[in-house]
Amino acid sequence: MSTTLPTTTQSAETGTARVKRGMAEQLKGGVIMDVVTPDQAKIAEDAGAVAVMALERVPADIRKDGGVARMSDPDMIEGIIEAVSIPVMAKSRIGHFVEAQVLQSLGVDYIDESEVLTPADEVNHSDKWAFTTPFVCGATNLGEALRRIAEGAAMIRSKGEAGTGNVVEAVRHLRQIKNEIARLRGFDNNELYAAAKELRAPYEIVKEVAALGKLPVVLFSAGGVATPADAALMRQLGAEGVFVGSGIFKSGDPARRAAAIVKATTFYDDPKIIADASRNLGEAMVGINIDTLPESEHYAKRGW
Amino acid sequence: MSPLSSPVTGATPVIGVLALQGDVREHLAALAATDAVARTVRRPEELAEVGGLVIPGGESTTMSKLAALFGMLEPLRARVRAGMPVYGTCAGMIMLAEKILDPRSGQETVGGIDMIVRRNAFGRQNESFEAAVEVAGVEGGPVEGVFIRAPWVESVGAEVQVLAEYGGHVVAVRQGNALATSFHPELTGDHRLHRYFTDLVREAGT
Repeated sequence: MSTTLPTTTQSAETGTARVKRGMAEQLKGGVIMDVVTPDQAKIAEDAGAVAVMALERVPADIRKDGGVARMSDPDMIEGIIEAVSIPVMAKSRIGHFVEAQVLQSLGVDYIDESEVLTPADEVNHSDKWAFTTPFVCGATNLGEALRRIAEGAAMIRSKGEAGTGNVVEAVRHLRQIKNEIARLRGFDNNELYAAAKELRAPYEIVKEVAALGKLPVVLFSAGGVATPADAALMRQLGAEGVFVGSGIFKSGDPARRAAAIVKATTFYDDPKIIADASRNLGEAMVGINIDTLPESEHYAKRGW
Repeated sequence: MSPLSSPVTGATPVIGVLALQGDVREHLAALAATDAVARTVRRPEELAEVGGLVIPGGESTTMSKLAALFGMLEPLRARVRAGMPVYGTCAGMIMLAEKILDPRSGQETVGGIDMIVRRNAFGRQNESFEAAVEVAGVEGGPVEGVFIRAPWVESVGAEVQVLAEYGGHVVAVRQGNALATSFHPELTGDHRLHRYFTDLVREAGT
C-alpha cells in the first residue's frame, strides 16, 4: 500500500502562529488546573483537566506568604512533565524573558506571562514572537488583550483576581472584553482608526477583531473560579474554557471538585448537570472579598 | 442500516461534531463550507440525529473520560459499527483507534479503525509543526498539515487503507467509512478533507 503513496518532500516548520494558536484551540471547552506537585498533576489529569499549570505555590499561598514570587524550580516543573501526558504550562514573571527562555528549554507546552508572579519589568512585557513555545497572557480589557497579542501572545485569559476564590473580577474582565468587541463590531472603517488609538493597540489587529467579532486567539477565563457553577458562568459569559488556580487544591476534596468543574465546563448550559456536579463537594476554598485587599495586592493591576 | 435512526436524506448531509471538548468551532465552520449542515453533539439523542460525525482535536484523555462519564461511548461504538461515517483529527484519531500504544489508565476509545496509535508521537508543543502532506484521494496537490502534539499510526490491520505518511510515519488512514488524520485541516482554510468526508457521508446515506 505505501509503495503507491505519493512522497512528501517539504520540510517542517515549528513555532508558527498557526501551530501556537492552534494548540490553544485544542484546549477549548476544557479546564486548566494549577498544580504544585506531580501527585496533584495526576489528580488533575484523572479528573479530566486538558492541561496543568505547574507552579511552586498556588496564588492563595502566594498571597499568604508575601515576598517576591518567581518562576518555579526546574526540577519541580520537570517532575510534573514526567508525571502526566496532558500539556504542561508554567509561569514566568511579566517582562522576565530569561525565565521564559528557561521554561522553553525545559520543554513546557505553554508559558503564562503572569501577573500572579511579581513583575520583573514595569514597562515592557516579553517579546513573545521570539519564542517557539506559545504564550498565554492575562487581560482586564480589550486594549490590554490586543497589546499582548501584538507582542505575540497566542492565547488570552481574563485576569480575574487570582487566589481569592471570588469570581467577581473574572466576570468584570470578561464582560469588559466581550462588550468592547461588540462595540467594535458596530464601527465603520473610519471609526476603527480612532478606536485603535483609544485601545492603544495596532490598527491591523483592531480591524481583524471588528471583522471576526472575537479575538484572533482563544479566550479563557481565570482568577477566582472555585465552583462548578463559577466555571459554567464564565463559559456562558463567553469564555472558551477556564483556568482554576487555588480553587481545586485549596478545597476539601480536590479530586471530586476537579472532576465536577470539568463536567460543568463541558455542560455549561445544562443546569441539571451543573446541579449534579455541585452536590457533596465538601468545602470550597475560603474566599476573599476583593474590597478588603490592599491596593498593592490587586494582581490584576499588574501588567498594562 | 443504523439501529438508532436514519434521518438524513437528500443532498445535504447533517454532520455532527463531538463537542465534549476541543476545536469544535473550526470543524463546524469547515463542514459548513462543504455545504453540509453541521451541528454539535454532546448527548446520545443528538448523535441519533446526524448522518456522520467528526471527532475533533483536543485532549484525548479528557474526551475519553467525558464520553464515558456521560454515556456516549456505547452509542458512539454502536453507530460506528453500523457504518456511520466518522472522521477523527488528532485526538479524534486516537478515539477511533482500536488500540493505543501507551494509554493513560482507563483511557477507552470508540474504535472503528484497526490500528495502533502512539499519542504525542511527534513530540511536545515545541516540536509541533506545519508541513505539506500528500493525501491519496485528495486532488489538487498536498494539503497543509498542522501537527500539534500529534499522534502517528504505529501499525494498521489488513483492512486499513493508508492515505498519507509523513517522515516515514502513517498520518492519515481510512477503513470503510472511518477516516482519521494526525493533523488538523480544520485549522487551515483548505477544506478538501472535509469535502472528502462530506461526500463520504452523502454516499453512505446514513
